[in-house]
Amino acid sequence: MLAEETHRHDHAEPETQQEVLLRVSGLKTQFRQDGRTVTAVDGVSFDVRRGETLAIVGESGSGKSVTAMSILRLIPSPPGEIVDGEVLFDGKDMLGLSDEEIRKMRGSEIAMIFQEPMTSMNPVLTIGRQLSEPIQVHRGGDRKSLLAKCVDLLRKVRIPDPENRVKAYPHQLSGGMRQRAMIAMGLGCDPRLIIADEPTTALDVTVQAQILELLKDLTRERGTSMILITHDLGVVARYADRINVMYAGRIVEQGSSGDIFKHPKHPYTLGLMSSIPRLDQPSGTRLTPITGQPPDLSNLPSGCPFHPRCRFAEDRCRAERPPLTQVSDQHWKACWIDVNKP
Amino acid sequence: MTADLSEKLGREMTGDPARATDEQPETSTDTLPPPAKLPLRYRNRFVEFFYRLFTERPLGAVGAIICVLLLLTGIFADFIAPHGYNAISPLDRLKPPSAEHWFGTDHLGRDVFSRVVYGAQLSVIVAFAATTLSIIISVIIGLFSGYLGGRTDMTTQRVVDGWMCFPDLIILIVAVSVLGPGTWQVILILGLLFGISGSRIVRGAVLTAKENVYVHAARSIGASTGWILWRHILPNVMPPIIVLYTTRLAAVILAESGLSFLGLGIPPPAPSWGGMLSIDGRSYMFLAPWLAIMPGLALAIAVFGINMFGDALRDILDPRMRGGTGRYIARVRKPGGQTT
Amino acid sequence: MGSYFIRRLLALIPTLIIASIIVFSVVRLIPGDVLDLMLSENDYSATGHDTREQLERALGLDRPIYMQYLSWAGNALRGDLGNSLWRNTSVTSEIAERLPVTIQLGVLSLIVALTIAIPIGIYSAVRQETIGDHVGRTFSIIALAIPNFWLGTMVVILPAMWWGWSPPNDIVPFFKDPLENLKVLLLPSIVLGASLSAVVMRMTRTMMLEVLRQDYIRTAWAKGLPERTVVIRHAVKNAMIPVITLIGILIPILFGGTVIIEQIFRLPGLGELLLQSVSTRDYPIITGIFLITGVVVMLVNLLVDMCYGLLDPKVRYDG
Repeated sequence: MLAEETHRHDHAEPETQQEVLLRVSGLKTQFRQDGRTVTAVDGVSFDVRRGETLAIVGESGSGKSVTAMSILRLIPSPPGEIVDGEVLFDGKDMLGLSDEEIRKMRGSEIAMIFQEPMTSMNPVLTIGRQLSEPIQVHRGGDRKSLLAKCVDLLRKVRIPDPENRVKAYPHQLSGGMRQRAMIAMGLGCDPRLIIADEPTTALDVTVQAQILELLKDLTRERGTSMILITHDLGVVARYADRINVMYAGRIVEQGSSGDIFKHPKHPYTLGLMSSIPRLDQPSGTRLTPITGQPPDLSNLPSGCPFHPRCRFAEDRCRAERPPLTQVSDQHWKACWIDVNKP
Repeated sequence: MTADLSEKLGREMTGDPARATDEQPETSTDTLPPPAKLPLRYRNRFVEFFYRLFTERPLGAVGAIICVLLLLTGIFADFIAPHGYNAISPLDRLKPPSAEHWFGTDHLGRDVFSRVVYGAQLSVIVAFAATTLSIIISVIIGLFSGYLGGRTDMTTQRVVDGWMCFPDLIILIVAVSVLGPGTWQVILILGLLFGISGSRIVRGAVLTAKENVYVHAARSIGASTGWILWRHILPNVMPPIIVLYTTRLAAVILAESGLSFLGLGIPPPAPSWGGMLSIDGRSYMFLAPWLAIMPGLALAIAVFGINMFGDALRDILDPRMRGGTGRYIARVRKPGGQTT
Repeated sequence: MGSYFIRRLLALIPTLIIASIIVFSVVRLIPGDVLDLMLSENDYSATGHDTREQLERALGLDRPIYMQYLSWAGNALRGDLGNSLWRNTSVTSEIAERLPVTIQLGVLSLIVALTIAIPIGIYSAVRQETIGDHVGRTFSIIALAIPNFWLGTMVVILPAMWWGWSPPNDIVPFFKDPLENLKVLLLPSIVLGASLSAVVMRMTRTMMLEVLRQDYIRTAWAKGLPERTVVIRHAVKNAMIPVITLIGILIPILFGGTVIIEQIFRLPGLGELLLQSVSTRDYPIITGIFLITGVVVMLVNLLVDMCYGLLDPKVRYDG
């Protein structure tokens, strides 16, 4: 309890950009079922600093969501299990906490914003009820003050007519509105870290931009850190400070947004980038999708798991798995090949 | 009677338009890694099925063994049973189980073990005949109602609705009151009863299969309805039909013995398990409890076996319900041995 | 909301008509030789049905078929289901006399089944793959394989053998002496309820698991709610919607069960009347009971749909 007080005190002080809020090292998460084991996250390490937005990018099944969920241990268990690694949130060992302690972190210190707000919101409870739940559990308050808080939150996420919307059920709102309400739900207790899991995937392109701007504004004005999980590099370019690219449960490239966009070092990142349209390329440039299928996690190819889909692959890639190595000050890659070599 | 529930539940969950709950989109597959399971491969399908049955579903394997034993007992009843099912021996009345009469004897001195063995034969015959009949009826109604759609479907479904208002056992009793008791009557009635209610499942599966791209493709190049049904729809609705067949076997055995218990099924002296338990023999059961225990036990084991096998079959053929949903607080088990 | 109810009510009409045609056809299905058989087997002189013509008239078989249906249906709507072939009593009064016992048995069994099964089913789903779950599932697997008539028979026979005790069967109306009444009906209800509970448990567990897989459950966990709140507020409330429909599914099974249980415990209910009428080929009573069970099932399903509408906000606001 005492420790928490001091953190709060820290929080009020001017932000130092370099201070690490979350440190994940060697994280390994597995799912076991019917005697089979799938390693969804395999030795992932990264930092999130105060006030920054870190993006985790990858295809579905790359382990990006499981990585983020593992921070809060929000993994169904059974079959999920964290088998190795360390997660330090503001110096606190998340993997060593009791169930009750981890529960107190959820929604108050670290909040989640899920994709698909249609299925992520309970269809039989009103928006207001769902919005007030985390506040009630973590901060307390009577009915009236909770209601006022909810209206306030809805207003903050720019939902019109919030007084009436608190009484609505999820199916009565549009997709964009639901996603805004979902964000409001995450902000309720003023968390220090927000994990947004594909927050815009289900939405129209125009609404996507609005939602992302909203998230950006809200995190910036409160100095909140954010982990943005997405498969869409286009989203990342504008809104993330740093990027982790994941493939088959591992980080294959890590670096600042600028580095990764200007000097991508991993063939997979290159592939992801050439499969999105870019304005800075001459018109007429063809989009080249990554060929092949995402790997089967219970039966990974030997060596570098990306080699069957990689156009640079050499013998070494098939035999040995490349470690994450530093290429420049803030830039790391896990690849044997120098893709810039002609 | 009870197995009918799983079908109705299945209807509930596959989204029967009659009670349209909004379809819940699939849970996001992104958080859980995709299931590592491969679909059954064509060539060694049976080998693979039994391999998975024995490795993943031990109870299902036990069920399969019970089913095989039941089948063998039915086929070889004449060799297994030491006495005839109606071999009356007045001197040996109501003898308790012994080396000579394993399950004791009844009030006419008949060997209960032999009667239970012949009862298995009777159950197997009735179960297969009535279930096969019911599946044929289900497939015919379900295929045409589901595939043709429109007014045909509408009308058929209203009739099925009307039929399904009536409790199974009441329909059976009323039907027997008109047709009279007897083996063929029971098979016919059970086949019709379960055939009509089962058509719902087939129809649901057909509605799903109908929306497949290749069905549209086949129709657009002018394939005939019969051809599409045979080549494209039927293979797709086979898994639910196979599951339906198994669950129906147990339902038929239970329904037949229930009817015979009430004295409306297969008339004595035929050795129906239900008939052996019937109320007419009640007064002897107080003196000779094995008369009540043995046939009931045989019935329960048979139904248990079929149910278990059917469940495993469904899990393997239609793995919709797999995937754990534990508490969302991940266990931490680090190599150091520290466990939270 | 209102329009949902009205639509449900209207949807009932075709079903009702088809159900009534099914019941009506039973009378028509009676083969001619059965009439002869009835005449030769039985002496109907007491009620004046001793020639074939008289019997046909009593069964309404002497007029064109649509006329027969219309007059039969019209009478049925007014509550007139004809008279017993044996006694000079109306079918309606015979049924009305027996119905309370059956309804009470059914309701008690349902209560027993739901109170055993729903908590175990929920527990089993929430604690999937734990010892408690395995115990619960083993119970339901075994109970599912034990036919109610065998369970009932054993419950009657074993105490009688061991202690010479047999269950009473003199029914006293519930409102006259509730205690005496329960003394008679409690044991049969427990037997029927226990055999039903296996099914209910299985379905509750399946439905809970289905709900627990939903994304909003993960959201609830992510908010930091205690497990109890996640399960009760978020999961049970959603699972109860399908569980209510389960009651609709159970009613027909319950009817079948009461026939058997009444027979075993010798209770004077509808099922006993039905079996008695089958053995005396009293067709007006048989068709009357047939119709009543169908209508009751239909009405219960309507009621279930209404509750469904009340619980599901989608129906409540937009239906």
